Amino acid sequence: MNEIKHPEYIPVHVMLILGAIFMLFPFIWMVSTSFKSQDEILSTTKDIVLLPDSIRPEFFNGPEEKERIERKKADAKRWEEEQAKPESERDRKVRKPFQWLDNYTYALTAQPFYRFFLNTIFVTITVTSVSLFFASLAAYAFAFFKFPLKDTIFMMILGTMMLPQQALLIPNYIFLSKIHWVNTYMALTVPWLASAYAVFFLRQFFMQLPRDLFDAAVIDGCTRFQFYYKIALPLCKPPMVTLAIFTFLSNWNAFVWPLIVTNDTNLRVIQVGLSYFSSEAGTRWGPLMAASTMTILPLVIMYFLAQKQFVESQATSGMKE
Amino acid sequence: MPNKTKVDWGAYLYLMPVVAILVAFHVLPIFYSLAVSFYEWDLIGSPEFVGANNYKQLFHDPMFFKSIWNTIKYAVISVPLSILLSMGIAILLNNPIKGIGVYRTIYFIPVITSINAVAIVWNFIYHPDFGLLNKILSWFGTDPVAWLQDPDWALPAIIFMSVWKGLGHNIIIFLAGLQNIPKHLYEAARIDGASRWQQFRHITWPLLSPTTFFIFTMSTIGSFQVFSQVYMMTPRGGPLKSTMVVVYYLYRKAFEQFEFGYALAMAFVLFMVIFACTLFNKLYLEKKVHYS
Repeated sequence: MNEIKHPEYIPVHVMLILGAIFMLFPFIWMVSTSFKSQDEILSTTKDIVLLPDSIRPEFFNGPEEKERIERKKADAKRWEEEQAKPESERDRKVRKPFQWLDNYTYALTAQPFYRFFLNTIFVTITVTSVSLFFASLAAYAFAFFKFPLKDTIFMMILGTMMLPQQALLIPNYIFLSKIHWVNTYMALTVPWLASAYAVFFLRQFFMQLPRDLFDAAVIDGCTRFQFYYKIALPLCKPPMVTLAIFTFLSNWNAFVWPLIVTNDTNLRVIQVGLSYFSSEAGTRWGPLMAASTMTILPLVIMYFLAQKQFVESQATSGMKE
Repeated sequence: MPNKTKVDWGAYLYLMPVVAILVAFHVLPIFYSLAVSFYEWDLIGSPEFVGANNYKQLFHDPMFFKSIWNTIKYAVISVPLSILLSMGIAILLNNPIKGIGVYRTIYFIPVITSINAVAIVWNFIYHPDFGLLNKILSWFGTDPVAWLQDPDWALPAIIFMSVWKGLGHNIIIFLAGLQNIPKHLYEAARIDGASRWQQFRHITWPLLSPTTFFIFTMSTIGSFQVFSQVYMMTPRGGPLKSTMVVVYYLYRKAFEQFEFGYALAMAFVLFMVIFACTLFNKLYLEKKVHYS
């Protein structure tokens, strides 16, 4: 073992583990809170209680927790008794006891989150696929074609990356409102279908493909578009995957632009929905943490899958020497 | 070689989608907004030409200066803090130890998550009565602090959360920079009896300076554009407007008070400030950068 041979690295591990706990703990706390009842969340105990009442072994319970659980059991019994009565005689003040998934069902019913998810998935997939398609077309033209003004147009595309984003929000909003695109899916997608960065990034990869390959294919009767989608594109799969992941992430997390160009609930994307839910739910931390968990989860899953794919895409590059 | 000289007119077809969208949504709007910044316009009525009035008014607007000052405070604290922490962690990760992949994965997680979701989580962590932070501080006998409702603490609380969120990104870049430093330099230094601090001061720091410069420049630009976390954590500019930053003020002027011309004038002044900062970095600070 490396660590045993080099005990001087033990403090390094200690510091890194402390740092890792600091980075992860807010997420652990978020997930843990999302399964807690309001009673548990508003407890002023000084201890950090990670496991919610519903799954905590009895062994860990202090006096406060024991009392709360007893109260919960009594409430549950009351509720059952009321349910046994005919509907007209029930005491309406007796509420259904907290179930472990209640925060999630509350969040999902308080706002049409399923709709927000569908909107986000639609926008994200559209923008990712179309912008990569457009960018790869342009990058291909820059790498293989000869035409007048090539360098000028390329410099112009690069130049747009340096423009201040906050200065663009307002004129774009004015423009969209003039063509009646505010509160449409067009507003959420079309301005993002061109990515200067993607053009630049893919051009670098297309330039590495041997020019002879292109010339030989054209002499053999391959059209330019055939060369693009049958040869050039498959060879550039690794950078395409990298770009797709970045585009996906930034669109999933996009907030300011959708906040400005939509106010119709049916068009809200998940981040905007979350911000509205945050001001509406106030101190209902359980449902808020449940909503945050649901927003983050798809990304974290993708991240773990994509990590592997990054490594694989490095290993299986198309060109063999 | 016939196709060496032949012009591929079809190329324009390939470029058209990207160029059309970029021109419509990135190039023309810049000129358009420069023009609108000389008008007074609420988008409904007809625009009224007011010359440089929006700019003049801006320099007599105490809230604008307050927002600039808050933004500078945000940048001056968050940028060095983030660089210091991420460089330290990257140096630790650069040791020949096991589990680097696991650490790197964990430190990177906040980067991929959305700022809105983590802002909600930190709102709860900063809660005066039930928040995690006050809970932990109470172990040491500290009185509860009303973090986001306290004019002295609201901005530092947002800075702390933002540094946490962006740390992983800088660590990855620093790690790449550190791996480019030749190992034999350290071996030679050790043979000469250099202490760890001396190794850092005379090898790591100068050879890492291009990376540090890159991160410094990028995060300075980024911190002048801070918006989402401020919007989510301290609505309406925070206690005594202590977290009113420029982009948030600009957002309010444009999309809550519909003073588009004024907001655009602000956007251009902000752009000039960012540009001046970047230029200063490039001309002054880059002299201290050691390029091999």
